[in-house]
Amino acid sequence: MLFFSYFKDLVGREVTVELKNDLAIRGTLHSVDQYLNIKLENTRVVDQDKYPHMLSVRNCFIRGSVVRYVQLPPEGVDVELLHDATRREARGG
Amino acid sequence: MSAGPGLESLVDQTISVITNDGRNIVGVLKGFDQATNIILDESHERVYSTKEGVQQLVLGLYIIRGDNISVVGELDEDLDSNLDLKSLRAHPLKPVIH
Repeated sequence: MLFFSYFKDLVGREVTVELKNDLAIRGTLHSVDQYLNIKLENTRVVDQDKYPHMLSVRNCFIRGSVVRYVQLPPEGVDVELLHDATRREARGG
Repeated sequence: MSAGPGLESLVDQTISVITNDGRNIVGVLKGFDQATNIILDESHERVYSTKEGVQQLVLGLYIIRGDNISVVGELDEDLDSNLDLKSLRAHPLKPVIH
């Protein structure tokens, strides 16, 4: 639940999603759901010469189960806030 | 929980699906469910290789199990018609390793 809320706060930001097949897709975060499925807008693949498979795709849905990393904008991360929230969740509150 | 990134907006549109085994299937989205199982009509597979251009294999009506789906992309018809698939060469995508 914590990371679902966290990603919801990042909607509208530019992120790079790296998948478990090594494909990295950059785009504007449009939405997230409880499975951490991600929808990106204005997408481009990071290495288009190597991966021309999505050249005609500008908006995409990424299944949460294949996400390896989400690279965030530094200003989108409030470490103190996340620390507090994870501690609260660990305590069961 | 309902305002998530559903596929509603893509129904009856042409989409490009990347599967976990690295295949690329293009077709018209007819239906989907919670588990991302999808129904694709008039679908074809685009086979990438470094030896020759992209091959298109006709598949027809397909159901793809959600477990096997990586990415569902909205195919921009203008961009796609400007693509020269015959001269596009690339390695096939790698399979997903969990």
